[in-house]
Amino acid sequence: MKTNYKKFQEKFIEGLLMLSGTVTSLTVLLIVVFLFSEGLGVFNKKPIDDDFNLTIHAENRISKLSPSQVKNIFDQKIKNWKEVGGKDEKIILFKIDDISDFYTDDQLGKDFKNLSWCINDYIVKHRGVIAFFSKKYISKNFKGKILDVDKIKVSEFLSGDEWFPTARPVAQMGVKPLILGTLWVSLGAILIALPLGLAAAIYLSEIANSRIRNILKPLIELLAGIPSVVYGFFGLVIIVPLIQQLFNLPVGETALAGSVVLGIMALPTIITISEDAMRNTPRAMKEASLALGASKWQTIYKVVIPHSASGITAGAILGIGRAIGETMAVLMVTGNAAIIPTTLLEPVRTIPATIAAELGEAPNGGVHYQALFALGCILFIITLVINLLVEFVTKRKTLSKH
Amino acid sequence: MKKQLLVLMLPAFAMLSCGGSKEKTEKQAITIKGSDTVLPLAQMEAEKLMKQDSSITVSVIGGGTGVGITALLEGSTDIAMASRDLKTEEALKFSEAKKEIEKVLIAYDALSVIVHPGNKVSQLTREQIEKIYTGEIKNWKEVGGEDLKIVAYSRESSSGTYEYFKEEVLDDKNYATDVLSMPATGAIVQSVGQTKGAIGYVGLAYQTKSVKQLAVSYDEGKTFIAPSVAAAKDKTYPISRPLFFMYEKVNSEKVKSIIDYTLSEEGQKIVLEVGYVPLK
Repeated sequence: MKTNYKKFQEKFIEGLLMLSGTVTSLTVLLIVVFLFSEGLGVFNKKPIDDDFNLTIHAENRISKLSPSQVKNIFDQKIKNWKEVGGKDEKIILFKIDDISDFYTDDQLGKDFKNLSWCINDYIVKHRGVIAFFSKKYISKNFKGKILDVDKIKVSEFLSGDEWFPTARPVAQMGVKPLILGTLWVSLGAILIALPLGLAAAIYLSEIANSRIRNILKPLIELLAGIPSVVYGFFGLVIIVPLIQQLFNLPVGETALAGSVVLGIMALPTIITISEDAMRNTPRAMKEASLALGASKWQTIYKVVIPHSASGITAGAILGIGRAIGETMAVLMVTGNAAIIPTTLLEPVRTIPATIAAELGEAPNGGVHYQALFALGCILFIITLVINLLVEFVTKRKTLSKH
Repeated sequence: MKKQLLVLMLPAFAMLSCGGSKEKTEKQAITIKGSDTVLPLAQMEAEKLMKQDSSITVSVIGGGTGVGITALLEGSTDIAMASRDLKTEEALKFSEAKKEIEKVLIAYDALSVIVHPGNKVSQLTREQIEKIYTGEIKNWKEVGGEDLKIVAYSRESSSGTYEYFKEEVLDDKNYATDVLSMPATGAIVQSVGQTKGAIGYVGLAYQTKSVKQLAVSYDEGKTFIAPSVAAAKDKTYPISRPLFFMYEKVNSEKVKSIIDYTLSEEGQKIVLEVGYVPLK
């Protein structure tokens, strides 16, 4: 009876453990599926609002415009149709909110009854017109030409260098500056955090006596517990002006400021993991080295570091994984200008900062919303690659041991 | 952060006030939704009103003017907060749905253009500001200042202020790519105050001594008007916009309490406290 009960208890606990494992895996899978199904949806959409049209005069030769051409036309940087391959004709912009400037209330009718007639009339009368309005107001005998807008292509999405997701009539979805911005900031962060973290880890594991270590280590681990907004504000108020003065820059919100803040944030991970790895160096190996006449520094350099190399790498990669995904601190210090960075001393816009700043206002299910999820997918792939790298590095180490 | 905290706390306030007045009168629950610009104002008004009259519960939700107006169209909110007038298309949608909309002007919001206090430039025309933000003017010496690169700060594209500034000041052109965008108005003030070549735009309420406000001209340089509550009130200052509460006419009885309170002397005092320009 008692053994039966015990067996049942064991089975029950086993079941519970299996259940929680399954639930966790399912949740992860669900999130990934959700992320990718939303994100990939962007490539099925046109960068123009679904129920809107871009129309021109019927006799205009143009039948297609690229998103950036449309943007430049509406920004009045392109002012003549011949610049995009048409006839020598001045471009006239027309938006529906301007309609009352051209037609009286009588002509528009009560409740805008005659609106579609007025739009048609305006387009027929102006040869250089380009008009942007809702499909609902196209009259039955519409005389203009409707421009075709291409769906967003994967290659354009990845290689485009302008990010204006809310631009009307046509949104600009180029994520190259965002990907490069993320990589620059993370690279800078690792260059700052790795030497510092390594030095601190060596000091803690090999040089500091146990009393100092007992004080220092919890302190460093405390760094991980500070909310990232606090790091961000610290960066904005202290690091940004410092960088500006140090390099005599016009603006202090730069990739470097982001790197410094992220570097500080990645430190606890790097220090804790590499210190643990160093302390795992067998005492016999260190003593053998010292007994052979090597100095303390030689022992650290020739024995401890090589032995714990895999742990150090893992720490560095995990630290940088955290840095790449970090949102709030970066949002506050990097300036968020979506330009392709050429040095660390320029403002950049990172992927997580973009998602955090824009997702709240993007209409659910729209192009902008899905584009932000596609950015999430890119970030996911980057961190996945990093995690696989960790796996690879630690595995290689265990294999070589045997 | 504070905004979110307030939103989270509102239901708590509502619950507290529930406990106080057990079945005394019939409960009145009013929902307000829309512009994030109006949000802090509406929250304050709602809070004060609920403290006075425990039979009313008001919940205030942000999301942007467009969101509020859509909700009003669908009937999922009683009042829509708006930081602009109805667009032609929105007016069309309401007339299609045969809904009559009442607009109540509750306050004005004026934007001031700010620069670093050490900047020699003290006035700009609208055209100059447009060229600065679209990237055509890149140095302060082009507008009469010293030889210094211009660093333009803006809000994030999700903000209503971003759209308003684009439509009103930039003639609906897109911002240049190298314009820096900040997550909060406070961050713009902080950055402009510590960057020598900086220019930014913020609500009138955010003026501090660490930045300098510019006078702007909308008639190509003939008259320059410095931003102030008085200038915004008599409409001589051009970069100011009306803030509205909008509701369906059939609902006017239900929303009367909050609207009357907002327009009352006490309510208008709150407008000034929150940092907008009162009507009178």
